[in-house]
Amino acid sequence: MISLYARRRAVNVLASSLMFLATAIGLFFLAWILWTTLRLGIHAMHWDLFVKDTPAPGADGYGLRNAFVGSLILMVIALVIGVPVGLMAGTWLAEYGGRSRSAALVRFVNDIMLSAPSIEIGLFTYAILVAPMGHFSALSGGVALAILMIPIIVRTTDEMLRLVAGEMREAAIALGAPMWQVVTRITWKAARAGILTGILIALARISGETAPLLFTALNNQFYSTDLKHPIANLPVVIFQFAMSPYDNWQQMAWAAAFIAITFILVLNVCSRLLLKGTVKRS
Amino acid sequence: MMPADAMPPVPGVATTADSSTKRGGAAIAADPPEPFVAKIAVRNLNFYYGKTRALKDISLEVPERRVTAFIGPSGCGKSTLLRTFNRMFELYHDQRAEGEVLLDGENILHSKTNVARIRSKIGMVFQKPTPFPMTIYDNIAFGIRLYERLSRGELDARVEGCLRQAALWDEVKDKLSALGTSLSGGQQQRLCIARTIAVRPEVLLLDEPCSALDPISTAKIEELIYQLKSEYTVVIVTHNMQQAARASDYTAFMYLGELVEFDQTRKIFTAPRESRTEDYITGRFG
Repeated sequence: MISLYARRRAVNVLASSLMFLATAIGLFFLAWILWTTLRLGIHAMHWDLFVKDTPAPGADGYGLRNAFVGSLILMVIALVIGVPVGLMAGTWLAEYGGRSRSAALVRFVNDIMLSAPSIEIGLFTYAILVAPMGHFSALSGGVALAILMIPIIVRTTDEMLRLVAGEMREAAIALGAPMWQVVTRITWKAARAGILTGILIALARISGETAPLLFTALNNQFYSTDLKHPIANLPVVIFQFAMSPYDNWQQMAWAAAFIAITFILVLNVCSRLLLKGTVKRS
Repeated sequence: MMPADAMPPVPGVATTADSSTKRGGAAIAADPPEPFVAKIAVRNLNFYYGKTRALKDISLEVPERRVTAFIGPSGCGKSTLLRTFNRMFELYHDQRAEGEVLLDGENILHSKTNVARIRSKIGMVFQKPTPFPMTIYDNIAFGIRLYERLSRGELDARVEGCLRQAALWDEVKDKLSALGTSLSGGQQQRLCIARTIAVRPEVLLLDEPCSALDPISTAKIEELIYQLKSEYTVVIVTHNMQQAARASDYTAFMYLGELVEFDQTRKIFTAPRESRTEDYITGRFG
């Protein structure tokens, strides 16, 4: 008996140590990445980054205003397309599809979309938008990001709505409420923190995507808000400037990386806080 | 099934001490005046979950402005029967009902019957309190707004009236804009009752309304049920036989999908005709 207990204890200690080690390795690299980005990024921070546009190759100075505005425009396009489509599809799955075969099929396809390589989404958008239009554009970049966003929103909306108690739906239906009102006024409201969290996570996911933008929005040395033309954006700026021979461009790449990582961190913290608030209430 | 021989009304609490203590020791409500008017008539009702037959040829008449209790062991079909009265089962595609459920002579189960209108006449309160994710005020106003367009003043008055009727007004009058979920379990359940009577139904279906509540909240709800029967036809499903004895005028005992016995509550609890009823009531099974 004692040897059995001792053995179990030993296995327990071993398993705990291995898990601790794995966590430590993960956290170590995360801390290293954050520290490097912070050290080099802070060093490169300059007020001109926010108020001036990218300097010409070889010229002195700093400026990323065009890239910030461009990234913002791309995200807005992605949100405008991705949120309604994702929300509606997720709602259909949870409220109408349920456990039917068609819903199971949509969930399966959505899961494939979730893990689709983003470069293929870029290539696809290139084929359906960029090639017919004849040039790279902000619009196609936004569409590519929206396609990446939709499956995440579909998945979280579906899951969050299915967590809403069936009794709440039944109670509203028992009052004689039509299904569309039950969804828009009761279940969306009950699941709103979770749905919003899904949208924030999707936004965080696309804000660092580079590959699909190389095929679509490309980059722009100048300030532009024209949706039909290439537009500057942070990920491609990081990609191109980091590999450039100019010292000030490399500095700007670090600054852009630091700002991008901070933005994603803030989004993730916000979504955590949102979810925590819901758990406390219910 | 009609109650067997119509008894003359018995004044006061119609329990002789020995019979009530012998059969479960509960207080039993006074006999209701006879004869009754049927509000809901169930005729040859069969119900299926997929291929499983959950209700077998049920026929009974629910009296108007009385409290009728459905009792029986778990899985006997009492909640299933209740859920045919407002066609709640239609939400689930593998569930189906055959036969007739008549509300004032109109067949509820007929596909041409307007289900929203039926649900405005037949309200339902569930086992678990289900406040909507909105303010206390809006919880009540939600149902009213489905059917009526009222001015702010009229709506305020209706909301207050419903909360008073549900004996909740004094506890919530100063926090109508608080979330419904911020109330205690018993208050939430009274909020759900207030919300249900806000649309002015004729029938109230209560599906084990007290099983998630503490004894004090249960007593409040039972008191409320007693008040409500002057205006509404009340049908209550309960696991608690003392509750059925205390709160109901008529009792239906169901077992394995069949209606075993339906009669005045006093008769069911003191002199049941069926041995199965007696066995269940005296705690020999279930």
